[in-house]
Amino acid sequence: MSKIPSALSLGIRRGNLEVRQFARQRESVVFTLLFPVILLAIFGSVFKDTIAPDVTFSQYFLAGMIASGLVNTGFQALAITIPLERDFGALKRLRGTPMPASSYFIGKSILIFISMVIQILLLLGFGILFFGVELPTDINKWITFSWLVLLGSACSTALGIAFSIVPKSGRGASAVVSPIVIILQFFSGVFFVFTQLPTWMQQVAAIFPLKWLTQGMRSVFLPDSFASQEVAKGWETGKTVVILLVWLVIGIFFSVRKFKWDRD
Amino acid sequence: MSLIEVKGLKKSYGDVHAVRGVDLEIEDGEIFSLLGPNGAGKTTTVEIMEGFRTRDSGTVSVLGFDPQTRGHESRKWRDRIGIVLQSSADAGDLTVLETIDHFSGYYSNPRNVDEVIHSVGLVEKENALIRNLSGGQRRRLDVALGIIGNPELLFLDEPTTGFDPEARRAFWALIQNLRSDGTTIVLTTHYLDEAEALADRVAVINGGIIIEVSTPAELGGRATSQATVAWRDGEITKSERSDNPTELVAKLSSHFGGEVPELVVSRPSLEDIYLEMIGGSHE
Repeated sequence: MSKIPSALSLGIRRGNLEVRQFARQRESVVFTLLFPVILLAIFGSVFKDTIAPDVTFSQYFLAGMIASGLVNTGFQALAITIPLERDFGALKRLRGTPMPASSYFIGKSILIFISMVIQILLLLGFGILFFGVELPTDINKWITFSWLVLLGSACSTALGIAFSIVPKSGRGASAVVSPIVIILQFFSGVFFVFTQLPTWMQQVAAIFPLKWLTQGMRSVFLPDSFASQEVAKGWETGKTVVILLVWLVIGIFFSVRKFKWDRD
Repeated sequence: MSLIEVKGLKKSYGDVHAVRGVDLEIEDGEIFSLLGPNGAGKTTTVEIMEGFRTRDSGTVSVLGFDPQTRGHESRKWRDRIGIVLQSSADAGDLTVLETIDHFSGYYSNPRNVDEVIHSVGLVEKENALIRNLSGGQRRRLDVALGIIGNPELLFLDEPTTGFDPEARRAFWALIQNLRSDGTTIVLTTHYLDEAEALADRVAVINGGIIIEVSTPAELGGRATSQATVAWRDGEITKSERSDNPTELVAKLSSHFGGEVPELVVSRPSLEDIYLEMIGGSHE
């Protein structure tokens, strides 16, 4: 008898299936991928101010939208769709097969990573075409960008899987998850310039990953001169890595230990 | 050793004692049906055997393995069993073929995908999206996913709920084919005629304990129970219970001088026996 397929190869199979399934759900494709672009269009058209020399609000907002895209396509999407799959009984059925939990998680990570890349390309394309955003030319900025996307998407995926245990039902999941994400976006300097927020909001935001992702993305897409305008008078790159890693570990821990396959 | 051995199984949820000491032995190659009303402990017992729930006490061995073990050994065990749950609805955005093909990749020694699609009668629907299947077709897909791994042991939970009579007959034929291929089947069902048509042995569970294990024909002393003879005498329908129905019919026949009007000889159905056992009534 041949051997049971490895967790990794099954994970890749699942990723393939998840992407195919996702691509066929037109509403969710539009909502997940285009909504941030629409937001960018609205905010970019309404707020045309310059917030610092050579920095327009649309540029600032683009950095924030790319960061929150990592949260939307990962954390938000998973924390809403996994409870739905659980309600349908789809997760319990998977539990009854020899497919290991890790393959399921790998599949989700592949889906999230691909949709994040598409989203980022859409946002960047839109920003370049309509809001005069310029791509960085410094290779170091692209290196920062790469690890931010990798670490951010890993963190967002792990936390989304972990948080999927919180909503009691699939129908109620959106009502639990969406407000958290929207409040975080307001607190973390996505819709407003972070330094203009009340101090207590800045302090709350600093606990969560989104604030660090937005700041990191600003370090990529805004001129270095802007670093002095941040709360800490710098980009705080090292601190960003540490905080994202801590959240990643928390997310993985709860995903592995507490994941619920069944309604009851 | 039996394929499944359950001894002294107990499970409580808070103050509710769902399973209060169940013993079961299920043999290799048989179709074994577990009958019982809702809340009798049937689902809990089966889900413990399937490895979905943990037990409070007792021992459980399924294919020589303790179902509540986790880790790699558990994967090897799951590779040998198939489970058709009571209700599962996958996101309907994949086709029948894609879904079955995908699930086949989970197993070390899967059945041929086309053969499985053929055996559950979904050939014409293989490229249809799951969301466009009827209830009965979805159920057949569930069964296909349960058997794609070529299991030695198959759990079927209420497999034909919502089927029309023709689809049920076709489904029964499929299950009988699986048995002749050597698959052991544990069937839970609400339909007594289904248990009678399929099961080699049935167990009746109520109040968290097994009341009786027997063949469908012998359950509750059914084979030796009194027959009821009914006939029409003028304006009234008469009936009599008898240990010797043949003798009674012969007597009636000579009384009527040949044909007895509207003669019916019946023994209690499995349903009658079952309802009596669980203290219900079909009136």
